Amino acid sequence: MKSNLLSGTFGAWLIAGGAALLAATPALADGISGGGTQQPLNIPAIVMFLIFVGATLGITYWASKRNRTASDFYVAGNSITGTQNGLAIAGDYMSAASFLGISALVFTSGFDGLIYSIGFLVGWPILMFLMAERLRNLGKYTFADVAAFRLEQRPVRTLAAFGSLATVLLYLIAQMVGAGQLIEVLFGLPYTYAVIVVGVLMMLYVTFGGMIATTWVQIIKAVLLLSGASVMAFLVLLHVNFSPTELFNSAIEVHSKGAAIMAPGTLVKDPFSAVSLGLALMFGTAGLPHILMRFFTVKDAKQARKSVFVATGFIGYFYILTFIIGFGAILLVGSNPQYLAADGGLLGGKNMAAVHLAHATGGSLFFGFIAAVAFATILAVVSGLALAGATAVGHDLYANAIRKGKATEKEEMAVSKIASVVLGIFAITLGIMFKNQNVAFLVGLAFAIAASTNFPIILLSTLWRKLTTTGAVLGGSLGLVSAVGLVILSPVVWVNILGYATPVFPYEYPALISIPLAFLGAIIGSLIDKSPSGRAEQDDFDNFSVRAEIGTLEELKVSKH
Amino acid sequence: MPNPVLTNPHYVQLVTHRRKVSVALSLVMLVSYFAFILLIAFDPAFLGTPIAQGSPITIGIPIGLGLIVLAMALTGIYVRLSNNVFDPLTEDARKALRESLKK
Repeated sequence: MKSNLLSGTFGAWLIAGGAALLAATPALADGISGGGTQQPLNIPAIVMFLIFVGATLGITYWASKRNRTASDFYVAGNSITGTQNGLAIAGDYMSAASFLGISALVFTSGFDGLIYSIGFLVGWPILMFLMAERLRNLGKYTFADVAAFRLEQRPVRTLAAFGSLATVLLYLIAQMVGAGQLIEVLFGLPYTYAVIVVGVLMMLYVTFGGMIATTWVQIIKAVLLLSGASVMAFLVLLHVNFSPTELFNSAIEVHSKGAAIMAPGTLVKDPFSAVSLGLALMFGTAGLPHILMRFFTVKDAKQARKSVFVATGFIGYFYILTFIIGFGAILLVGSNPQYLAADGGLLGGKNMAAVHLAHATGGSLFFGFIAAVAFATILAVVSGLALAGATAVGHDLYANAIRKGKATEKEEMAVSKIASVVLGIFAITLGIMFKNQNVAFLVGLAFAIAASTNFPIILLSTLWRKLTTTGAVLGGSLGLVSAVGLVILSPVVWVNILGYATPVFPYEYPALISIPLAFLGAIIGSLIDKSPSGRAEQDDFDNFSVRAEIGTLEELKVSKH
Repeated sequence: MPNPVLTNPHYVQLVTHRRKVSVALSLVMLVSYFAFILLIAFDPAFLGTPIAQGSPITIGIPIGLGLIVLAMALTGIYVRLSNNVFDPLTEDARKALRESLKK
């Protein structure tokens, strides 16, 4: 029944996809923003993209038969090894925003791109030293399991679920926007159509394949992306005879900003923004629900820390590649009229620097490969996000907060699957609404919320004895409300989207205010909490910390369930 | 009723030693990253200084790439320490926990 439904969907998708591709061909010029240049139908790209989709749907079918329990669905039955999980984390984290957005940022402003890359990486060691092993020792499916462990389930889980959903939705929008722009250039399909395709595939992977399928989609994507980026960086270095001096000199020569691309530029306008962005990127990583969820897919703390080590290595390597790729694009794309639109910008928008570079270095076959990889990247990341969002709804909100742990596994999974479909529809709608926003910037917003809500409550509940439910709820809500509120009042939403003349809050990044507010709220809320339940929660910290430090014993697990 | 493992010497050694290492390594990352961020905020021109006369490579490039390598190296150090030092202590503490539960 399930297999028929799935293979039926797969066939229908192929036919619909093919037909839409053909139908869209005559209208190509309309699909490309601003350029007006018709892109030829790229057969190698389409073939590679269809192979990826076919293979991943095959994996989804295989995984759907292995999804027997809630643990299989949410965390692949803890069956993933540390190395596999490290690759999957890298696949989950190296988003379209990283690949397209950061290489584009290097392409437009040089050194500024490196600032973003570093921010995205430095959270990983912190996550490892303070959280990874504790998370694995304490949690089951979500970080809310850990945050609510010794606190009152309903309020803390509800808050954690909202923190997760806000992060997931913003991140999803960013991915959707990237997907729309990419496919517009690659296939000449309308933006809207591309966003719908991504949303539908995401729903299929998550609903039928759960964490097993999501993990393998992420691993395959990580391997493809790392290989593709390595080849591209190699070709760039080959072009400059492996001399960094020559690479930078030629880039300075052709770039309109000249030598300014070798120094911090316009990305960070003032000290407040610099520190605020830095805080959001560093601590946001440690609060991303789809990343934290990956720590529950391995069997123990040892594998959890190995995951971070492998992931940090690959992600760091990848960011070094994007830096080379961005500079390569300055040389080989920015000065070549073939890739420029009538207005002097890049054909298909500025996020296309890396994709055009693939064409410039390796011809149309490599262009097709990189475009297909970039598309796969988006699919892998949105699947991880959708699964995390669906789990927050099914496991945290429904099963634990609403049904107080009395829902059956079947009911809980049904709610999660419905949630993944609803999230898909949200992602498609919001992706269309946010068409012209900068991809990397939207991810910055998601990081600010993760850093101001999720991160403080996990950190304090696992490391600070005195945290009580009152403190967690007060701090977490303050962080969430202030991060979201300040973003709405900031130039990007208040001026650019709502159309007011001047922003109420002058900075783009709220973390410097919202993170301290969250910690302050949690500390004050806990210290003034003199309730007996609050005292009990504090007294429970000793037993809790034994489990956090050394994990559970197998015999305990058996006797408990 | 306090958990008997809390007073187990191996457990105490594990927790105190690991906490020191975690805090120290976190501080190394935090301090070096925010030093970099503050340089961007207050003295971007410094990061834009060439490393040698006439070189296009600025001081910011080795510092930036160095931070990436540092992040990778720190996670490696932690994994090594955990495998060699913390895991045996954890095993001892778990043994003590197992014993205490049998009683």
